[in-house]
Amino acid sequence: MDLNYTPEQEAFRAEVRQFLDDNLPDDIRERVQKRLRPDKAMTERWQKILFDQGWGASTWPKEFGGTGWDPIQQIIFEEECALAGAPRQLDFGLRMVAPVIMTFGNDAQKQRFLPGILSGEDWWCQGYSEPGAGSDLASLRTSAKLEGDHYVVNGQKTWTTLGQHADWIFCLVRTSTEGKPQQGISFLLIDMNTPGIEVRPIIMLDGEHEINEVYFDNVKVPAENLIGEENQGWTYAKFLLGHERTGLANVGQWKALMKRLKAVAREEQDGQRPLIENTRFRDRLAQLDMELRALELTVLRVLTDKRGPGPQASILKIRGTEIGQQLFEMLMEATGQDAIAHIPDALELDYNGPRSGSIDATPAAGDYFNMRKLSIFGGSNEIQRNIIAQLVLGL
Amino acid sequence: MNFDLTEEQQMLSDSLRRFVTNEYSFEKRGEIIQSGHGTDPATWSALAEMGLLGFTFPEDYDGLGGNAIDTLVVMENLGRGLVVEPYLATVVLAGGLIRDAGSEAQKADILPGIASGERLLALAHSEPGARYNLSHVQTTARKDGDQFLISGQKTAVLHGSQASQLIVSARTRGNVNEESGLSLFLVDRHANGVTVDDFATHDGHRTAEISFSKVAVSADNLIGTLDNAFPIIEKTVDLGIAALCAEAVGAMEAMNAATLEYIKTRKQFGVPIGKFQALQHRMADMFIHTEQARTMAILAASEADSDDRARRREAISMAKTLVGQAARYVGQEGVQLHGGMGVTDEMFAAHLFKRLTLINLLFGDADHHLAQVSDGLLAKTA
Repeated sequence: MDLNYTPEQEAFRAEVRQFLDDNLPDDIRERVQKRLRPDKAMTERWQKILFDQGWGASTWPKEFGGTGWDPIQQIIFEEECALAGAPRQLDFGLRMVAPVIMTFGNDAQKQRFLPGILSGEDWWCQGYSEPGAGSDLASLRTSAKLEGDHYVVNGQKTWTTLGQHADWIFCLVRTSTEGKPQQGISFLLIDMNTPGIEVRPIIMLDGEHEINEVYFDNVKVPAENLIGEENQGWTYAKFLLGHERTGLANVGQWKALMKRLKAVAREEQDGQRPLIENTRFRDRLAQLDMELRALELTVLRVLTDKRGPGPQASILKIRGTEIGQQLFEMLMEATGQDAIAHIPDALELDYNGPRSGSIDATPAAGDYFNMRKLSIFGGSNEIQRNIIAQLVLGL
Repeated sequence: MNFDLTEEQQMLSDSLRRFVTNEYSFEKRGEIIQSGHGTDPATWSALAEMGLLGFTFPEDYDGLGGNAIDTLVVMENLGRGLVVEPYLATVVLAGGLIRDAGSEAQKADILPGIASGERLLALAHSEPGARYNLSHVQTTARKDGDQFLISGQKTAVLHGSQASQLIVSARTRGNVNEESGLSLFLVDRHANGVTVDDFATHDGHRTAEISFSKVAVSADNLIGTLDNAFPIIEKTVDLGIAALCAEAVGAMEAMNAATLEYIKTRKQFGVPIGKFQALQHRMADMFIHTEQARTMAILAASEADSDDRARRREAISMAKTLVGQAARYVGQEGVQLHGGMGVTDEMFAAHLFKRLTLINLLFGDADHHLAQVSDGLLAKTA
């Protein structure tokens, strides 16, 4: 047992840091560090820079153009990226659909879809939830009927994050109503430019357009876009959720935010003293700092476990999202009543107008409101507790 | 970066786990506690035979040259079975202190005796009013010719009455709450002027209130250098905290196992109560707390031997805070999920709860250590 990084791992960290120093554009860094509005072009530019370096997919094996890094290297890379102010890469392609294609897709599908994900050319979104199928995902009703060499898809998906930018959507669709609900689900890749698809925005409580409804009206999808076998989609979906949960711990980004929060606590004034000297605030900061340290080490412990993550990944999703939410809450509280002003224009890089309080106050409350999603999406934290109770504890 | 036990550590863990499961039943533990001695010579000999009593001592003193990770493995297993032997008091605290600060003669005299199980020692440091402040020492050791005369009052001396020798901290210079001016002495528990009041603790261990009235000790019973004992006291306590964190993790695992078993078998409304989601989610949270505590116990053990004081202290305080909070959560919920049975003396869960509660109180509770980390943040930003 040794909790220190090896010299090789430290050298790797230095290499990543140097690369970020040299290649992360200043405007992107600024946008991320000031927590301004995310931007499609920014995400694509950054993915292209990583791709050109050969680092487009830190979690993929080499045979598909990934880095072939081990879990510790992946964590180091993610952490350094977050601390440097790099934007988060798009999970939907890289971490969600790609592992499914690699594991269950055929060779033609691998050749067709993986390169676009790697280069960032193709923007992917996820078609899982429906108005009537949230936590009870298996009750989904969007149907796909095979007619000759294509499926005809009808129905509606919702909570489709960044679907307004997407070229592709990976969907769970119903191909059979026989047997248990889980048994009639298939995993289908759909081109968002196909006639019959309509994307409608859902405005979130922070006033931002991040999520969407996606409607399918007699949408023709080539049968070759089916992943694996018909009616086996639930198996692939569960596999994917396991991947998603590990990523949801999000330690790198939380560490970067914690660093910022500590700085804000020094900069914000509490009367005649810096906020950090307010014991009540500082104790809560310390508590959160410790919980983040525990999360960081628990992620390392789970990811280096030779038995693989398994259902224990649910712990990481729960703790990761709870800690993330508290970070945003404390960032808001740190800026105090300066956080109350809602200035949507100030979330753009070129904004030069008036603002309330410091630059940290501008996104603070909006982020806090937005981040309530963390404990709800990706399988709500209550569903995660069900998973622990049933799959880990056998209740 | 790896969290794996070595093959030896894994074997040790397996054999100690077997011993605790097979040879240290809940009933037997009850008899040991009732015996009045509070310890069991047969159990202690068995631990000695397994090499555990000298585990972290150098090989020259009949030890195995182990480290705090080895202690983690031992304490977790002792915690799982709620073993009440003085492993913390004698091996981790007193033994660790002699190992780290004793002279060659003291090490040669004491460590093999601890390793063989023949000698019990205890650390007499805490004083009334000190709460968790390690420099709050009013006991004095006054130089008198070629000896010292020790006077003062010590409290919460773990297994103080069972020990044949005490390691006593005393002020040889300066004022109460000053870190400098402290010294450590080896004192015979039966020496003239030593008065010991022995108590049972709520969790089946033993504690003592000990007063010293002009107790004469020779200068060669000084441990380490005069006036400079504070760093070694602090480091010894840190080793003790790391050990307690590991013990708590073992006890939390046992609590989860006992509670899980109970809610899978206890039926109400025609079904096992574990089928109810209200209970399932609480059980899931007990599991999450325990896993997080395990991570922090590992962190504490990894840093406990370190001489980088700031780094060690931060890790220890972080661990003790989160483990203390987890111990409280898991303890209380474990009792709650056992329903009425949880508040009876006959249930293992009740005893686990008591030990978990007292572990939080030893060497600084969660609030105390949270304040250490919090003030550390202030210092870092100053």
